[in-house]
Amino acid sequence: MHALCIHSWFIQLAELPELHQMMRQTCRDYAQKELAPIAAQLDKDHRFPAKQVQELGAMGVMAVEVPESLGGAGMDYLAYCLAVEELSRGCASTGVIVSVNNSLYLGPILKFGTEEQKKQWITPFTTGEKVGCFALSEPGNGSDAGAASTLAQREGDEWVLNGTKAWITNCWDASATVVFATTDKSLKHKGISAFLVPMPHPGLSLGKKEDKLGIRASSTANIILEDCRIPLGNMLGERGMGFKIAMQTLDSGRLGIAAQALGIAQAALDCAADYAHKRTAFGAPIGKLQAIQFKLADMALATESARLLTWRAAMLRDAKKPFTKEAAMAKLAASEAATFVSHQAIQVLGGMGYVTDMPAERHYRDARITEIYEGTSEIQRLVIANNILKEYQQ
Amino acid sequence: MHRSSEVKHLASDFNTRACECFGQPPVQPFESHCPVLTDRTVRVQLKVLKVKDGSVFFIRVKPDRTGVVTDGVKHSMNPFCEIAVEEAVKLKEKKLVKEVVAVSCGPQQVQETIRTALAMGADRGIHVEVSGKDYETLGPLQVSKIFAALAKKEQADLIILGKQAIDDDCNQTGQMTAALLDWPQGTFASEVTLEADKLKVVREIDGGLETIKINLPAVVTADLRLNTPRYATLPNIMKAKKKKITNVKPADLGVDVSSRLEVLKVDEPPQRQSGVKVETVHDLVEKLKEAGRI
Repeated sequence: MHALCIHSWFIQLAELPELHQMMRQTCRDYAQKELAPIAAQLDKDHRFPAKQVQELGAMGVMAVEVPESLGGAGMDYLAYCLAVEELSRGCASTGVIVSVNNSLYLGPILKFGTEEQKKQWITPFTTGEKVGCFALSEPGNGSDAGAASTLAQREGDEWVLNGTKAWITNCWDASATVVFATTDKSLKHKGISAFLVPMPHPGLSLGKKEDKLGIRASSTANIILEDCRIPLGNMLGERGMGFKIAMQTLDSGRLGIAAQALGIAQAALDCAADYAHKRTAFGAPIGKLQAIQFKLADMALATESARLLTWRAAMLRDAKKPFTKEAAMAKLAASEAATFVSHQAIQVLGGMGYVTDMPAERHYRDARITEIYEGTSEIQRLVIANNILKEYQQ
Repeated sequence: MHRSSEVKHLASDFNTRACECFGQPPVQPFESHCPVLTDRTVRVQLKVLKVKDGSVFFIRVKPDRTGVVTDGVKHSMNPFCEIAVEEAVKLKEKKLVKEVVAVSCGPQQVQETIRTALAMGADRGIHVEVSGKDYETLGPLQVSKIFAALAKKEQADLIILGKQAIDDDCNQTGQMTAALLDWPQGTFASEVTLEADKLKVVREIDGGLETIKINLPAVVTADLRLNTPRYATLPNIMKAKKKKITNVKPADLGVDVSSRLEVLKVDEPPQRQSGVKVETVHDLVEKLKEAGRI
């Protein structure tokens, strides 16, 4: 039995099941035809791809793991990672919009929500009509998530939220958010709880849209809560469970970001390899030069290695096995691969890599954030190290 | 793709109209037709063809000059067949059609194409197994014979095909199928409307648009502007896995797939010659006159 499991995993790593291949091809076709041609303009205009998000919703991509009974596609996490990678290959901003909605917004509600909450907060967000966001970071703490200073006070039959959340992806286009606030600062991370807040809502306002280096078609801003009142029924999970919810959500979310990073890396590799065929120098296409060949080999190796780590972590999660260490490894490898590959892609393109005529510069700008959000590379290293030390504990 | 070739007619037993169409040897497309469902409502038979992907650039002629290299070349559903599948699924969504059956003729690989049609909304698939040498010589005549046989077997009311395959551009299968069944045909359709038991078809012709009304059962071939094919949704891709694909052999349908045509040779187009640059319009006119063009 055990041997059979390992065997089927290896087969899956070598070749995806037919269902996943079809799904991947559909997303790839969509990204090639509908996203890649507009990605540069979306980036230039900082424009949310509302039409494309709706089309992706109709395809089921905005709620891949959500069961069909709630309006989702009812597929597994591996399918979701494949979808995000293929979409990000066309447009990295669209990739993160899809990822945040799936992993960071729908994810925790699916896992920790009551049946009532699921109907109210999940079903309308599966069609692409509405997207959600995830409000954990604050101006005073990102990696130090346990030090949340947004307060939640109970007043009668309402919770009253006060504080500021920072770096919230999707917030200018979202219709709801999962907010983390503390009911008792002295309890540190054990005092944090999760709340569901509709948007717009009295007491909730948005800061100015950040002018980012990359993923510019997705909106990022502060969420400011000033006496924001929500019913008691809007608490997600139990009181004090917030930190646990956040950490578990991010464990899965980082696979979505790993997939996004893979898409960016692949797009940069596509660009560089294509250029190597066409550009001639010293009398031949530059793909004949070993200097370029070594770069392409290293780029492909970095991408493929990270991809296998990502698939494996997704498969472990689908098999309901522990996957925290593997997910951290996948995100770390994929994000560093994305920055490496896009950097080298510009090098292969030379001067052409530095101008907006070619997409290489956009991939370089888009890649950079993947090493930062949903757990910085440094945090990923801490997660991996902690897991390893636990394995070796006497 | 254009190839110059000489085609020798061997014995032929079909009407001269079909013979005249042969300008190019049929390069093997994976053709599939989807049978249409009928009962008192319409049964749609779709033809789903797997052809060399339209975005593939490097097509090479085989060393023995009998065709082009297909190994390792990316294949996908013929774009006109995608449009045919979409039209059939739309008819079913309007509840004008009871069942949509996707058919493809070819080797094992065409099952992938049938699954794509299923993921778009077809109800079941039929894979007509043709492989090896038979597959290399499979052309519109044999395919239309297979379709005619299937249409009778499945009691289809409507056969929808792509107007032509993008690798051989034959544009014959629909017409031949209609002739073999003695059914009316609405080819190059840019609009199809079901009115009771008649079909109103708007056809794109050289002179503009022609609207005809034909009785069912009928054959329709889809042209570019008939619709925009949908992307398969994830739930439909999952459902497609459970839908049935039956295998049949041409012999089971009483069809002989041997070819009446022999490809004598396939050549690449001549290398493009470089042009001549001229300074003024006057020079251009002179040059054109010299070359006898004007």
